[in-house]
Amino acid sequence: MAVFVYAENINGIYKKAAFEAVSYAKAIAGKTGDSVTAISINPTDSSDLLYKYGADKVVNVKDAGLKNFSAKAYAEAINQIADGNIIVFPHTTDASSVAPMLAIQKNYSLITNVIDLPESTSPFQVKRKAFSGKGFMHAKADAAGVIVTVSQNAFGVKENAASGSEEVKELSIANEDTKVINHEQSSGKLDLKEAEIVVSAGRGLKGPENWGMIEDLANVLGAATACSKPVSDIGWRPHTEHVGQTGKAISPNLYIAVGISGAIQHLAGVNSSKTIVVINNDAEAPFFKSADYGVVGDAFQIIPALTEKIKALKA
Amino acid sequence: MKILVCISSVPDTTSKINFTADKSAFDKNGIQWVINPLDEFALTKAIKLQESQGATVTVVNVGDAGTEAVIRKALAIGANDAVRVNTEAKDSFSVAKEIARIAQDGSYDLVLAGKESIDYNGGAVPGMVAQLLNYAFVNAAVGLDVNGSEATAVREIEGGKETISVKLPAVVAGQKGLVDEKDLIIPNMRGIMSARTKPLNVVEPSNSEVKVEAVSFDSVAPRAAVKLVSADNLDELVRLLHEEAKVI
Ligand SMILES: Cc1cc2nc3c(=O)[nH]c(=O)nc-3n(C[C@H](O)[C@H](O)[C@H](O)COP(=O)(O)OP(=O)(O)OC[C@H]3O[C@@H](n4cnc5c(N)ncnc54)[C@H](O)[C@@H]3O)c2cc1C
Repeated sequence: MAVFVYAENINGIYKKAAFEAVSYAKAIAGKTGDSVTAISINPTDSSDLLYKYGADKVVNVKDAGLKNFSAKAYAEAINQIADGNIIVFPHTTDASSVAPMLAIQKNYSLITNVIDLPESTSPFQVKRKAFSGKGFMHAKADAAGVIVTVSQNAFGVKENAASGSEEVKELSIANEDTKVINHEQSSGKLDLKEAEIVVSAGRGLKGPENWGMIEDLANVLGAATACSKPVSDIGWRPHTEHVGQTGKAISPNLYIAVGISGAIQHLAGVNSSKTIVVINNDAEAPFFKSADYGVVGDAFQIIPALTEKIKALKA
Repeated sequence: MKILVCISSVPDTTSKINFTADKSAFDKNGIQWVINPLDEFALTKAIKLQESQGATVTVVNVGDAGTEAVIRKALAIGANDAVRVNTEAKDSFSVAKEIARIAQDGSYDLVLAGKESIDYNGGAVPGMVAQLLNYAFVNAAVGLDVNGSEATAVREIEGGKETISVKLPAVVAGQKGLVDEKDLIIPNMRGIMSARTKPLNVVEPSNSEVKVEAVSFDSVAPRAAVKLVSADNLDELVRLLHEEAKVI
């Protein structure tokens, strides 16, 4: 049997989350002795990119009707192809919208936000994030089939080349109940949830005019930028940058928090970052208790200096 | 127009999360319960549609009697009435089944929810409800307008947003942005008083099938003590990040 995996692309280009999901599916297939079939909808990228992470087969759905995203129509397309009992999705916005609909269509169990390989595949049991990162749950699926969504950056992208083959499938799924009327994509901006390094700042920065130094630091690191909730509430930064319990949950390799106090709701969304650096002028800021490295001092002096030093390291 | 808003009762965001000694369950001792913050955006949006379009707003919660304080709060915020499905919420599937039944029986035009609950973070109930009802589904909505039998929703996508027209009935799962943070309604005295007399109908569950079981829980392992670096010695910070943590 095959482990199926949804390889998400954005405007035809595979996301890093797709490679991570394929890597995860391959690791499961390695345990169960199965093969991996990746499903992609209207990709323009080469299937070679998916073979590299272990896809033995890639089914490329061609369907002009699916040019516009619709969770329901995508679930129907995937339902027509994925006939195995394990289906892997990345936990991206789109994929985690499709997965619940597919779970109902297939009458499968759905376990979201998984962060590790299954502890067992029969019955299927796996560790997942819960309580906004303040705890973990070991979840057991109780049905013939299971769908999992893999939390981004939790498992990692792992090369494991397979000599894959490609199948093109023409479908025409009815896609009538939603219609995209405008699609705005800010190009060139690193996706916060995919980023390996995130530089984030809080109310300690005093005002939006001071974010230039945060962006400079992010640029030298190849990082995405984020912020605390009050910062986006006041409108200093777009709410898409708000991380935490009620914003985005992220797990980069490095999270640099500048002028952020480290309230429990903020920590909830970032404490699964692998390394945390905190820069705060208050030695008592709670964030230092959850940090790996800390600097007590004024961000306005530290950030420009740190940026120069990292630039020198990279030169 | 009839709107159904799904409300989940979750530990207050400042809660320390502890598990029972045998790690088999979440420890509810000392926990304050609140409306799931993401559901509050959905509820406030519904109240705005109630004001602008004369919609009626029903809140639904799947939960035992312990959730009634949270339901009363939703009524105080302005919902017209409430339904509680009298069973402990065990997994996304069983909760979605109950909500879908209530939505169908009441012929609601719009089902609103938060995109996930901050306790179990399933993020699955709204999509499951939509599929069970065969309705359109928009997730992660940061904007919504209703115009007769159609709605226009804005949803967040990675690195951007998308505006979509949606045929009603539909399920829309919202988040911050669906309404402004400053527009969230804090119940006033009149709201609290009137909530006491608004109908809160308790119905029995129709289904007991559960598809995902929580076997056990773990707490987050504490981090090792922070290594402090002096502000005059940023070279050391760069060295640590480069050589020790190997992240730059
Ligand atoms: C229901 C609910 C949900 C919430 N969800 C979230 C969430 O998802 N994400 C989130 O972030 N918050 C969330 N919060 C808010 C959270 O409780 C805190 O209020 C928030 O995280 C504080 O943001 P902050 O650290 O930027 O600001 P502050 O608390 O104002 O802290 C600013 C910090 O900057 C430091 N500072 C000041 N000047 C300097 C300087 N020159 N150099 C260096 N440091 C400086 C200060 O010492 C202080 O520690 C939520 C709250 C509630 C009630």
